[in-house]
Amino acid sequence: MAAATQTTSLHDRHVALGARMGAFAGWDMPLYYAGARPEHLAVRGRAGLFDVSHMGQLEVSGPGAREALAAALTNDISRVGPGQGQYTLLCDDDGGVIDDLIAYALPDRHLLVVNAANTAACHDRLAALLPDAVELADRSHEIAMLALQGPRWADALRPLAGTPAAFGLGYFEIAEDVVAGVPCLISRTGYTGEPGVELMCPWDGAPELWDALLAADAAPEPAGLVSRDTLRLEMGYPLYGQELSRDRTPIEAGLRWACDLEGGRFPGAARMRQQAERGTPERLVAFRLTEPGIPRAGQDVLHDGAPAGRVTSGTLSPTLGAGIGMAYVAAELAAPGTEIAVDVRGKPKAAVVARRPLVATSPKE
Amino acid sequence: MAAEESYPPDLRYHREHDWVRLDGDEAVFGITWFAQDALGEVVFYDPPAVGATVEKDKPYGELESVKAVSDIFTPASGEVVAVNEAVQERPEIVNEDPYGEGWLIRVRLTEPAQLDELMDEAAYRQYLAGL
Repeated sequence: MAAATQTTSLHDRHVALGARMGAFAGWDMPLYYAGARPEHLAVRGRAGLFDVSHMGQLEVSGPGAREALAAALTNDISRVGPGQGQYTLLCDDDGGVIDDLIAYALPDRHLLVVNAANTAACHDRLAALLPDAVELADRSHEIAMLALQGPRWADALRPLAGTPAAFGLGYFEIAEDVVAGVPCLISRTGYTGEPGVELMCPWDGAPELWDALLAADAAPEPAGLVSRDTLRLEMGYPLYGQELSRDRTPIEAGLRWACDLEGGRFPGAARMRQQAERGTPERLVAFRLTEPGIPRAGQDVLHDGAPAGRVTSGTLSPTLGAGIGMAYVAAELAAPGTEIAVDVRGKPKAAVVARRPLVATSPKE
Repeated sequence: MAAEESYPPDLRYHREHDWVRLDGDEAVFGITWFAQDALGEVVFYDPPAVGATVEKDKPYGELESVKAVSDIFTPASGEVVAVNEAVQERPEIVNEDPYGEGWLIRVRLTEPAQLDELMDEAAYRQYLAGL
């Protein structure tokens, strides 16, 4: 293993559980334990526990932090009060996506949870955008993060939580609590489409928290990054590096809802307003194969036999038993129900543009 | 759960990590423990059609795992007489039982002497050790 590969504080837990480990964004992470498919189905049916400690956390505090973030990020952070989180994006001056992230407003600071691979890029970009009076600190190696996801998440957490704070939280709300003796920030967020929480705790507290959750009567199934990916794809959630990049704006990616185009003065706003008015040549869509096969990133989307787009993510949906994916396609093909095909290694596979999510779930419950 | 590493002595092995088991004038093909371990959790099997001709050293189908797609190579030429439909329904049995329930196709061999060109268990283990 390359010396540069980082490990989370749960690395020996993963190895002890027999995880298949793999490199992800510079981290050695569990891809799956017993199997990706059963882990996926456990999250949809009961509950799963993910180590997502590789994700980055940037802390923004000091006088004017809120106003400065409002000018830096696409979504309207003034709509978010203390104890709430918001999905938002950080863009370059042309509207290209530097990262998508969740900004949490806490009583004394803001916490931005960013993609592992983009932590440094986000830090540098924010350092350039925020005034000197606003403090920016990278807490990525101090904060571990677990995602407890699935309809029975509360059964696993309830016996361990010190106060009932977590159970009164609404979707995208965040509160402090002590879980199994470990101080945590608990937020009603996740990346699976299921109800659940994400738990942020001190780096060295994660093993205790992990062990306690897995020892609970209603213990969640340990789940790896492969099922995390198939779960988010069933929801049609974009992933940085696949659907999102500096070459695409949030408007092309269908994330206009996360951009305050009316009042916003964030970088890229002017171009994004123009795109929202005039439309973009390509749009991000979700699709489903209507015959057996598995689409993969990089394959061509075909319409009437001619190339009309490119797959950004593809997999076999464990819930649907069908190939699903996301793709940038010519805007005139973006309507749900449009018949397309995907060139799966030289074999055109019939597909249909589908509404997101591809699988019905209720993450807000 | 994944199988324990093994290479049965009654099989012949192709350098692309495919095995063949002779059964009268027919033969059964599959992939080795090494191949399924390298591939990881198998999620999709794209088999040839029954009746298709398969040619030694050429791909006859594809197995797709959560990590990668892999061609399956033909250890000896012949005509496909059966395809393991159970693998299409439950691809993970290739991981669970690569030499048994996870077989891939049954072939009527056209040149049985080709089996002599394949490795036996000892030769294959030695080949693996050198990879």
